[in-house]
Amino acid sequence: MRLVLVGTSYQRAPVELRELLAYDPELRREALGRLSVEGAEAAVLSTCNRTEVYAVDAEPGALEERIYGELAGLSGLSHSELAPALYSVADEAAALHLFRVAAGLDSMVPGEAQILGQVREAYEAARATETTGPILHRLFRQALRVGKRVRTETAIGENPASVSSAAAELAERVFEGLAGRRILLLGAGKTADLTAANLISRGVGEIVVANRSRERAEALARRLGGRAVGLDAVVEEVALADVVVASTSSQGFVLSGAQVERAMKERRGRPIFFIDIAVPRDLDPAINELEDCYLYDIDDLERVVAESVAGRREEAVRAEAIASEEADAFRAWQLSLDVVPAIASLRARAESIRREELERAERRLASLSPSQRRAVEALTSQIVAKLLHQPTVRLKEAAAAADGVLYADAVRHLFGLGDDADSPRQSRQ
Amino acid sequence: MGEVALLLFWPALAGYAEAAVAYAGDTVRPGRLVRYAIWGVRLGWLAQTALLVAQAAGADGFPWGSWAGSLNLFVWMCVGVYLIWGCRAPFRLLGLVVMPLAALLLVLAWAAGGVGEPARSEFGDVFLAFHVGLILAAFAGFTLAAALAALYLWQERRLKRRAAGVLRLRAPSLETLDALTVRTIAVALPALTLGIGIGLARLESESAGFDAIMGVTLLTWVVYAAFLVLRLEAGWRGRRAAYLALAGFALVVLVRVVLTPFAHF
Repeated sequence: MRLVLVGTSYQRAPVELRELLAYDPELRREALGRLSVEGAEAAVLSTCNRTEVYAVDAEPGALEERIYGELAGLSGLSHSELAPALYSVADEAAALHLFRVAAGLDSMVPGEAQILGQVREAYEAARATETTGPILHRLFRQALRVGKRVRTETAIGENPASVSSAAAELAERVFEGLAGRRILLLGAGKTADLTAANLISRGVGEIVVANRSRERAEALARRLGGRAVGLDAVVEEVALADVVVASTSSQGFVLSGAQVERAMKERRGRPIFFIDIAVPRDLDPAINELEDCYLYDIDDLERVVAESVAGRREEAVRAEAIASEEADAFRAWQLSLDVVPAIASLRARAESIRREELERAERRLASLSPSQRRAVEALTSQIVAKLLHQPTVRLKEAAAAADGVLYADAVRHLFGLGDDADSPRQSRQ
Repeated sequence: MGEVALLLFWPALAGYAEAAVAYAGDTVRPGRLVRYAIWGVRLGWLAQTALLVAQAAGADGFPWGSWAGSLNLFVWMCVGVYLIWGCRAPFRLLGLVVMPLAALLLVLAWAAGGVGEPARSEFGDVFLAFHVGLILAAFAGFTLAAALAALYLWQERRLKRRAAGVLRLRAPSLETLDALTVRTIAVALPALTLGIGIGLARLESESAGFDAIMGVTLLTWVVYAAFLVLRLEAGWRGRRAAYLALAGFALVVLVRVVLTPFAHF
């Protein structure tokens, strides 16, 4: 049984092609049904940046062709048109790939967290359609663990990767959380909207929108659940706000240092955080010189983001080591599957011999008390367990060294064990 | 018991020193090192607790009446207060200030004979237990408040300078640091007030003289009381409040490190 991955991602396919290869839940369910014919296992990971099909079958060549056919059918492209955009890997390499994906190492922004949820969703969808078996079950559970481990043991996902999230995190370095805070938006454009959305997702309280055009201010305020004011009321609003986001298209400063200084007198030392994402700038740089005022313009924020992404890349080296270690563990487990049926048969045979011998001695043991019988049961079980311990360990070691099948055959031959029709590699969980 | 206490000094010191090194390492490479740091603090503090118990068991009276002994107790209180917050992720950076200081002061206490067999004190046990205990507890609180204030100033400076790496180190928000500094001082000041009150009562009953330590301790009380009054009445917070907390701590250092070694305990 081999694990095969065929897929594409933003690194290989432009968005036009990725759109053609995207599965919605219904399409995915149908595809899983087609891919899992004759007992094959299958799972589909489909996000805006990638489409990947993971499948397990005894004949990897035929399985790969089936996946290519499936993707060609979905996209409406021919095999030759599709082939340059697809990658195909098997077994340990496929496992390593999924572990890297789950860790966010294959994402556009290293360490982004959304992908872990998407991997979980792919696994749940495959389980719901009953197309997972022991190998995909183990693979995806381990991938989810790798994703969590990487985020716990490294700082890959800790720092922001966009200007709006950097602004929000900086505000959280000033305030004890943003819940219930008052936000003043200067300007009603798209950038203000985006930054406000990030702040709202962190639970800000009141939102006030100030704009030269009152109508646009009111439209944005309605959408964000806030209230609108004119630009003439800005100084009074600054005295009440905790975070000010400026993004107007004004050619001069909307707020001067002197105006903010006046507003600060009413704040009794309460800090205020200014985010200026406008070009040309809306906020006088002198504001940052005032006590309890913190001002970040677009250049400052972009520097913070660049440093943060660089930090994520450094952490990615450690995350790669974790993914690689887990891929080794998966490989060892996969190889051990070759000997598991032989071990199970051997243990079953030994147990049946033990039971038969005890039954044969039933008449001689009839005079034993219940506690003496329990002692005999325990003694015989221990003898069997001790006898089989070393062969079991050796078989697993042999499996890890890639000649497990030979050893398994030898065990079957020596102990007269039959074929393993109920091998765990063939049964679905 | 004095020998047992001396033996316990080494694991306590090792724990604190290991925590200090691990905290420093964690700032360079955040991740697992901080766990080792936290365990260093916990194990070191447990070892020092055992050390104090051994001293108390073998003592004939209040065991920490000497300057070095009280320094030993002071370190234990500082680390104990730090343990309440130090293990929480945003406050890890405090360990960078508190743990090297704890290790250094413990070595000082050991060098001055404060971790072995306790010296017999000329003062009554109950008086010493309350007077010294309360003042040391207050000073431990002020030490932590100073560490919080220092962290506030460091973080505030980084935010003002708009350093590109400002988010790379996890640190508590300015508002949190400011609020915790106030809370710590608000808890420590009543302890200092009681400790001073007991001391003054004994002073009056024994008609003893007024010395420099008493003067500076009273001045310390005035500074921290002013801190709270200015906070409540004039809205002093942020940078100004942090500087005032550090000024108060300078007086604590003056009392503990400069004046006390030459005084009666």
